[in-house]
Amino acid sequence: MKRMQTDNRILMWIDTRLPIFSYSSENLVSYPTPKNLSYWWNYGSIAGIVLVIMIVTGIFLAMNYQPHADVAFQSVERIVRDVNYGWLLRNLHMNGASMFFIVVYIHMFRGIYFGSYKAPRELLWMIGVTIYVCMMATAFMGYVLPWGQMSFWGATVITNLFSAIPLIGDYIVVWIWGGFSVDAPTINRFFVWHYLLPMILFMLVVVHMWALHIHKSNNPLGIEIKSPADMMPFHPFYTIKDLYGLGLFMIVFMFFVFFAPDFFGEPDNYIPADPMVTPPHIVPEWYFLPFYAILRAIPDKLGGVIVMFAGVLILYVLPWLDTSKVRAATYRPIFKQLFWIFVANALFLGWLGQKPSEGAYLIMAQLSTGYYFLFFLILPVLGKYEKTKPLPVSIFEEVRKKRRAKEA
Amino acid sequence: MQMRKFLISAACAISFLPGIASAAVAEADALPSLKWSFDGIFGSYDRPQLRRGSQVFLEVCSGCHSLEMVYYRNLVDIGFTTDQAKAMASDYEIEDGPDDEGEMYMRPAKLSDRFVKPFANTNAARFANGGAFPPDLSVITKARKGGTDYIYGLMTGYLDDAPADFDLSEGTYYNKYYPGHQIFMAQPLYEEAVDYEDGTEPTLEQHAKDITAFLAWAANPEMEERKRLGIKVILYLIILTAMFYALKRRIWSNISLEEFVHDPYVVEYEQEMQRHKRPN
Ligand code: HEC
Ligand code: HEM
Repeated sequence: MKRMQTDNRILMWIDTRLPIFSYSSENLVSYPTPKNLSYWWNYGSIAGIVLVIMIVTGIFLAMNYQPHADVAFQSVERIVRDVNYGWLLRNLHMNGASMFFIVVYIHMFRGIYFGSYKAPRELLWMIGVTIYVCMMATAFMGYVLPWGQMSFWGATVITNLFSAIPLIGDYIVVWIWGGFSVDAPTINRFFVWHYLLPMILFMLVVVHMWALHIHKSNNPLGIEIKSPADMMPFHPFYTIKDLYGLGLFMIVFMFFVFFAPDFFGEPDNYIPADPMVTPPHIVPEWYFLPFYAILRAIPDKLGGVIVMFAGVLILYVLPWLDTSKVRAATYRPIFKQLFWIFVANALFLGWLGQKPSEGAYLIMAQLSTGYYFLFFLILPVLGKYEKTKPLPVSIFEEVRKKRRAKEA
Repeated sequence: MQMRKFLISAACAISFLPGIASAAVAEADALPSLKWSFDGIFGSYDRPQLRRGSQVFLEVCSGCHSLEMVYYRNLVDIGFTTDQAKAMASDYEIEDGPDDEGEMYMRPAKLSDRFVKPFANTNAARFANGGAFPPDLSVITKARKGGTDYIYGLMTGYLDDAPADFDLSEGTYYNKYYPGHQIFMAQPLYEEAVDYEDGTEPTLEQHAKDITAFLAWAANPEMEERKRLGIKVILYLIILTAMFYALKRRIWSNISLEEFVHDPYVVEYEQEMQRHKRPN
């Protein structure tokens, strides 16, 4: 590590004993970055900031929230009405969850498009998938806390999935619930997990960054960094680019927070939970819909659960399924087509997730689920036979060409 | 090219969402679509209308429905004086205690009390209403698809006679907009149901609009403060982002991307590449 240079003796004193300043400077200031990163590389830093916003607003919500079935619903409404700026805390937290998923989904699709999961970044990718799984668990349990109808019935449907496990399924469900139905013990333990998991998420993000900083960012060309001419220091180039992207993102985020706070929500969740009344349509939050569609596409309960989990877990082995040496889809004509169909298909699955699972919808969901997995299973073969386009010589050359074209 | 495709896909993703919200409304008649003073980012509540709405609520709806999240003190926020609000509260009796002798007693409601519930508990409410429970109305406009338009529709959507081919069950009434059309609540509002203190003409439509506006306020009492702050925040963000953009252009153009070599790092970088070289 390069030592920080400074005349300030206090800083030096600290830095000699605990090189936090040198460390920050190495990872945030002089940290080498490819010169050609596009705006698709902004989403990682945005996700990190959203995580911090979620943790901070969450802690302040938790100071006023009551995790008990009798009063949880009221306590959330009281936060909105009677806590100073409580409505702001809640709107930030509630819409922050949706924003978090939008950002992370874009971030993941970016990774797939540009082949960022390939060697030597497999672990970086896998830590990312773990973050995603952890986020889903956190959001699921958070959504239970306001104890509306969807909180209750969503929790009932999803926890019931575990009863599909042969032999021990029913015991596991009772164990998760802490009783014989979703009830007061459930909400209490979900609150505990909902507080704990984001801290684990935070640590996972640190490890994610650690892995990233070993081999540095991939880039839109998907080729290796070959010389210092391919790179520039993170600061000021990417600090300012990230800040600009963050500004744009915050405008969108704040629009929802202040002007359409219930846009992503389900009206039924403003009806207090009632175990005696089943809502006509039980739908999970929008970010789970594609997987919900996969779950319901399979007529067998256990089968559906297995296929749904497989849909998430297959992401872990993506680095080994994709056998192509070329990273970026830009140079892989067939992969590129399959990728865009995959994106459209994922959105379509999301749409199907909020439709009843019957008739034509069911068949469409099955076909769509089929393509979801087909995409992954074609990759090993595709890597061997696809004719890729010639790769550019270096990042530096490409940047120069682009610049010349712009000047002319 | 990819950029555009991606944006289109993202737009599709987002455009699905309202679909989720509106999907189930389709089964009933299309809801009326009204203009409200509190629509849009600059919208605010019409105080006289809220006061009329509170009159409708207190004189009609509060016979069956609670409004648990609202306190009598909140009436001051919609333009009643403190004395008026106190007087309105004291029309209701509430159980308090135990007193020094350990007895519960009744006293007039105060500003610090929640709107008094019409029934002691759910069973009593059901018993008085043919088995159906009149829900609490504190967040009702947020709790129904269609929101304010639905509440207005519900108030004005009663038909005296159900369509000939419709089999109406015992104790229910036909409403065009209620999902399934059979509702246990009899039409609560008619022309001249309430004598407005401000002299507004008491038509059914007027009553329906006023109670809806009142319930919208009850569900979102923070709305005006929220929008006011929101406008400031968004303006601030736009200016800040514009400055970031200008700065970004400047920083990225000042150094020619071509010539810039990551100089302070050259030596270390080379060592590092050596260290992390992987066998191909
Ligand atoms: C005589 C008692 C009574 C009065 C007065 C009354 N309601 Fe109701 N209300 C009910 C009952 C009972 C239900 C439940 C109906 C059902 O479940 O079929 C109900 C249901 C409702 C619902 C929920 C409908 C839905 O979508 O589930 C709304 C909204 C409503 N009332 C508004 C009002 C308003 C506004 C007023 C005053 C103008 C009012 N009610 C006056 C008894 C009453
Ligand atoms: C990974 C980050 C997080 C995600 C994705 C997340 C997600 C959610 C979601 C979806 C809700 C329900 C929103 C609603 O409809 O009201 C919620 C509620 C809540 N969360 Fe979080 N959360 C996160 C972090 C945290 C943290 C760190 C805390 C506290 C330490 C916290 C505390 C709460 C509380 C108290 C509620 C209930 C209040 C409410 O519903 O508004 N959250 N969370």
